[in-house]
Amino acid sequence: MRIALVCAAVFAAAPLAVNAQDAGGGLAAACGMCHGTSGHSVGGNEPLAGMPKDELVRKFKEFRSGAKPATVMHQLAKGYTDQQIDLMAAFFAAQKK
Amino acid sequence: MSRTFDRRNFLKLSGAAAALAATGCATTGGAKARVVVIGGGFGGATAAKYIRLWGPSIEVVMVERGTDFVSCPISNLVYGGSKTMKDITFGYSGLQRYGVQVVRDDAVAVDASAKTVRLARGGDLKYDRLIMSPGIDFMFEEITGYGAAMSANSVLHAWKAGPQTVALQKQLAEMRDGGVYVLSVPLAPYRCPPGPYERASQVATYFKKHKPRSKVLILDANPDVTSKGPLFKKAWAELYPGMIEFRGNSKAVGVDALTKTVKLEVEDVRGDVLNVVPPQRAGDIAAQAGLITANKRWCGVDWRTMESTAVKGVHVLGDATLSAPLMPKSASMANQQAKICAAAVVATINGQEPSADPRIINTCYSFVSDSEVIHVASVHELDASKKTFVVVKGAAGVSAARNTLEGMYAWAWAQNIWSDMLG
Repeated sequence: MRIALVCAAVFAAAPLAVNAQDAGGGLAAACGMCHGTSGHSVGGNEPLAGMPKDELVRKFKEFRSGAKPATVMHQLAKGYTDQQIDLMAAFFAAQKK
Repeated sequence: MSRTFDRRNFLKLSGAAAALAATGCATTGGAKARVVVIGGGFGGATAAKYIRLWGPSIEVVMVERGTDFVSCPISNLVYGGSKTMKDITFGYSGLQRYGVQVVRDDAVAVDASAKTVRLARGGDLKYDRLIMSPGIDFMFEEITGYGAAMSANSVLHAWKAGPQTVALQKQLAEMRDGGVYVLSVPLAPYRCPPGPYERASQVATYFKKHKPRSKVLILDANPDVTSKGPLFKKAWAELYPGMIEFRGNSKAVGVDALTKTVKLEVEDVRGDVLNVVPPQRAGDIAAQAGLITANKRWCGVDWRTMESTAVKGVHVLGDATLSAPLMPKSASMANQQAKICAAAVVATINGQEPSADPRIINTCYSFVSDSEVIHVASVHELDASKKTFVVVKGAAGVSAARNTLEGMYAWAWAQNIWSDMLG
């Protein structure tokens, strides 16, 4: 239940009109199928939970520009705006490792 | 509501509805909203878990007929020999940790006006919102003789992982060296576009090691390989030279159990193992509930919420949906649709607006050998004017070449998506 409590805390802190999708958690949920629920990877792919926000933003943008070599992330990263990257990074940074 | 759903107590009662009545949750008259989820696959289980994550005050009951979840992704590796049934079979107990009540029963009817789901073992389950993730059922009637041949164990689809996977593996093991494995592929759309070609690759992996004089013959109703064509064809030519033959525009219209023949529109093709995948449609319960809106096959949805366009208060996920352009019927997509749906259902129950800008990812990995993988991936955004999902410009692609690094990432994807849905 640790994950549930953390999520509840994140959403409780968000303004009432903001739903799960808009709060970053919803956008970031898409990453869960490869990087684990809330970024808690169970193996093979990098855990995103608890990674510093700056590092997440930098890596994501390097994937997007092609500066960082990748198998799939260079394609997926092109699907997100700076603002969306910022929201997702803030969500993952706020998760316990 | 009981977080640790006690199966022994549950079984003493006449049915799930009675069991839930005993815990004081049979009606939704109380403060708690109840979401019922039908189907514990990639769509349903993920939606059930994420509703509990995002809406801890919402009661979630998931109805699933199977004792265990058997994953279609990775199941082709059972034929190649690098994975076993045990590697792709999981229990549902992890979901109970999130407070999802898992009911092992068959949902047989939905009454959308009374907001109830009828269960096979008796009783009606009341809901505030219903999420239906029924997967596919087969249009056996499109292929003459299929029913009889299937009863005689002369043809398999193995397009739902489980007993048919085991049966196909057994038939391949019993086939003589020098035999022909015939894989018949239906016209798109069908579940898992690259699935047939991965299967052909995995059967060839097995043949190469154990029955090197044998052949894989793909009879495809589509004009060409539906997904990752150049990458599959290169792998076949280089890894299994002369072993895999691909024939496009070769739609199966019949099967003959006695002569082990697949009947095409213009000729008959004999084989030793017949793996004929029939055309598909949304699962039976979706048809019963009146959710099918397109070609008597698929369920139209409002992509912002995954709510059915035919029946209010009912959401549909996964392969059963009328897919948006370039959106495959894949486990990845079911996982992602489940999260759009979970967020929208939680928002609606809490009196908020669903997100106007959901964004989802598809990643499909295919093993062309024991270790080498190719992928296709894309990011999809909601186009409000077209009321559908479209691929974000530039955010899509396939592997540059087959490689073993992605073999590791494909296995990582599987482990994480299983964990993401089951706990």
